[in-house]
Amino acid sequence: MGADDPILSVRGLRTEFSGDRGDVRVLDDVSFDVGRGKIVGLVGESGSGKSMTALSLMGLVPRPQGNVSASSILLDGRDISKLEPAAMRRIRGRDIAMVFQEPMTSLNPVRKVWEQVGEPLAIHQGLGRSAIRKRVLDMFDLVGIPEPKTRLDAYPHQLSGGLRQRAMIAMGLICEPKLLIADEPTTALDVTTQAQILRLMRDLRDRVGTSIIMITHDLGIIAEMCDEVNVMYAGQMVEQADVFDLFERPSHPYTRGLLASIPRATVARAARRMPSIPGMVPNLAKLPPGCRFAPRCSDAMPQCQRPPDLLPVGVGHSARCWLHSAGAALPEGEMR
Amino acid sequence: MTGSVLQPETGTAAQDDRIVLSTRDLTKHYRVGGGMFAGPPRVVRAIDGVTLDIRARETFALVGESGCGKTTLGRVMLRLQEPTSGTIRYRGTDLTGLGEGPMRALRKNLQIVFQDPFASLNPRMRIGEILAEPLRSHGYGTPAEIRDRCTELLEMVGLRRQYLRNYPHQLSGGQRQRIGIARALANKPDFVVCDESVSALDVSIQAQVLNLLSDLQDQLKLTYFFITHDLAVVRQFADRVGVMFLGRLVEVGTTEELFARPLHPYTMLLMSAVPRPDPRKRGEDRPMMRGEIPSPMNLPKGCRFHTRCPFARDICRVEDPGLQTLGGRAVACHFPLED
Repeated sequence: MGADDPILSVRGLRTEFSGDRGDVRVLDDVSFDVGRGKIVGLVGESGSGKSMTALSLMGLVPRPQGNVSASSILLDGRDISKLEPAAMRRIRGRDIAMVFQEPMTSLNPVRKVWEQVGEPLAIHQGLGRSAIRKRVLDMFDLVGIPEPKTRLDAYPHQLSGGLRQRAMIAMGLICEPKLLIADEPTTALDVTTQAQILRLMRDLRDRVGTSIIMITHDLGIIAEMCDEVNVMYAGQMVEQADVFDLFERPSHPYTRGLLASIPRATVARAARRMPSIPGMVPNLAKLPPGCRFAPRCSDAMPQCQRPPDLLPVGVGHSARCWLHSAGAALPEGEMR
Repeated sequence: MTGSVLQPETGTAAQDDRIVLSTRDLTKHYRVGGGMFAGPPRVVRAIDGVTLDIRARETFALVGESGCGKTTLGRVMLRLQEPTSGTIRYRGTDLTGLGEGPMRALRKNLQIVFQDPFASLNPRMRIGEILAEPLRSHGYGTPAEIRDRCTELLEMVGLRRQYLRNYPHQLSGGQRQRIGIARALANKPDFVVCDESVSALDVSIQAQVLNLLSDLQDQLKLTYFFITHDLAVVRQFADRVGVMFLGRLVEVGTTEELFARPLHPYTMLLMSAVPRPDPRKRGEDRPMMRGEIPSPMNLPKGCRFHTRCPFARDICRVEDPGLQTLGGRAVACHFPLED
C-alpha cells in the first residue's frame, strides 16, 4: 500500500437492529477515511451513531439482533468487512484497538493491571509472562505513568481515574495497532486530567505515528485534537471536513447549531441567552421522511421532504443538505 | 482571616436581606475506617471551613474537580446532610440550630435540582404524581388546586400537559431534567441548588435547559447556587464564581474578573485546561497542572495546593494561606498571580 492511502477506508457501512417493533437502522450508509498518522473525529450527540460506528468496525455489535454490512472496510488495504468472527478476533486488539469511556468498568477489578494491559500480547503474540511484564513496563513509561514499576502489580481500584485511562491507552497500543479508536476517552475525567490524557494521545500520534479515531460529543476536543472531522446525526454522516473548514465554514445547519450552542469560555456574561437547537434528536424507528434534521432546522425548505445526499461543498468538504445540493449558498450573515 | 468581601460590614449578614444564604466556617468531616482491627478511624475533611454569602437573585457558581467537596457543600447548605461545625443562615434564620418542624417548613424555600434526571425521578410514578408529591407534603391545597399547579408547572418548564400521565422513562433526558426543575420549583422556593444540572445533557439540549433556568430566574426571582465542573457553562451563566479545592474555597470573584484575571494559580490552571473550540488556538503552549489531587484524608501541610502548584515556594509548604481579600476580591494564596 502506498503511504498516501488511508489506513482505514469505510464505504457504505450499515448497521441494523431487529426487535419487537421491526428493524431499526442505526447506521445508514456511513463512509469515511482515516489518513495515516491522522486524528479523525466522529462528533455528534447521544444516539447519533458515533459509538455504534466504532463497535461496527470492531466487530463488536451483538448478534443476532444486530446486523452489520458494508460495501467495504479497508484496513491498510485489506477488506475486513466480510471476515468471520474468528478472523475478526485476530484483528481486534492487534490491528485495531479501542479505548473506552469508563476505564473502571472496562478493567477487571480482581486482576493485576499489568496482566490485563499485557493480555493482547499473550493472545496475539504468544509471549511469556516475563516478556509481557517487560513490555508492559515500557508501555507504562510511554504513556507517562509515574513510578511504573510499582504500578505493575496494582489492582485497578488502586489507580486514579487518570492513571486507569493511561493504562487503558497502554493496553490499546501494546500490539502497535494500525488504528486506535478512542470512544469518549476523557468524558469521565476531570478537566485537568483530560488535558493530560489529550496531550498524551497527541504526543503518541506525533512520536509513534498512531492513527486515531476520536469519538466525542465535545467540539472543544475536536478543535484541540483532530485533523479531519465527521459530524453524525441520527445515524448518518451530515458533514465531513478538515477541522479548520468545519469551524470556519460549517455548512450543515446542524453543525452550525452545534457550534453556536457551545458555551464559550470567551463569551461575556451579557450573551447569557445561548443559541440552541430546538426540539430533539429523532427516534430512529420513526425517522422523518426526508432530511432527518429538517424538523429542527431553521433553514428547512419544501425539498427537505426528500432525503438529501452527502455532496461536496468545497475541497475535501461535504454536507448532506439541500441548501448546498441546490447550489444555494448560505447567506453570509448567518455564518458564525 | 476573612475579609469584607465575604462578611459585609453590617456585621450580621442576617440583617441584610440582599443576602439569601450565608455560611460561616462550615465544615463537614466524615470518619472512615476504624474498627477492631483497622486501627483508629481516619477523617475525611470534605468541607473544611467555608465562609460564603449568596446574594439575592444572583447565580453563584461553585466549580472544582471531582472530590473537592462541591456537592457536599450544596447538600450541607440545605441541611440535607448535617454540618460538623459552623453556621448556615437563610434570610437571618440559623438553620443549623433549627428543629425538625421549622426546618421542614423552610424547605419549601430551599430546593435542589440533581444531575442525573433519571436517577432522581421515581420510575414507578407518573409525572403528575412526581410533581404533586411536594405540593401535597407541604399542604399546597385541594386536589383540584394541586392538579392545576402541576399543569402550570409543566407549562412553566415548556412541556405540554399531556406529559402528566407519562412515566419518566418515556421522556428524553432534557425533558426529564425539565421535570426535575419543575419539581424543585413546585412550592415556589427562592434558593435553588443546581448540582451539575445540565452536565449529563447533550450540548444542544444543555443550551435549551440553561436558557430555561435563566428565564425562570428572571420570572420567579430565584437565587441559584450552581455546582458544576464545566467552566464554559460558568462563564456564560454565572454572576459570581467560587473555586473550590480540597474542601476549601481558594478564590471567589465576579465571573468577569475571575476569567479575565484569575488570582489563584489553581483557577488559572483549571481555566487553561478547558479545550477551546477553536482549532487555530491549538498547540499554543499552555501551563498544565501536574500530578493528581492529594487525598482529603491526608492533606498536605501548608497550602493544600502546593503539591500541584508550579509557583510553590518554601512558605507554601509550611503555612496555610487563609482566604484573603485583595483589591475587593478573595483569594487563598501566598503569591496571588499578577497580570
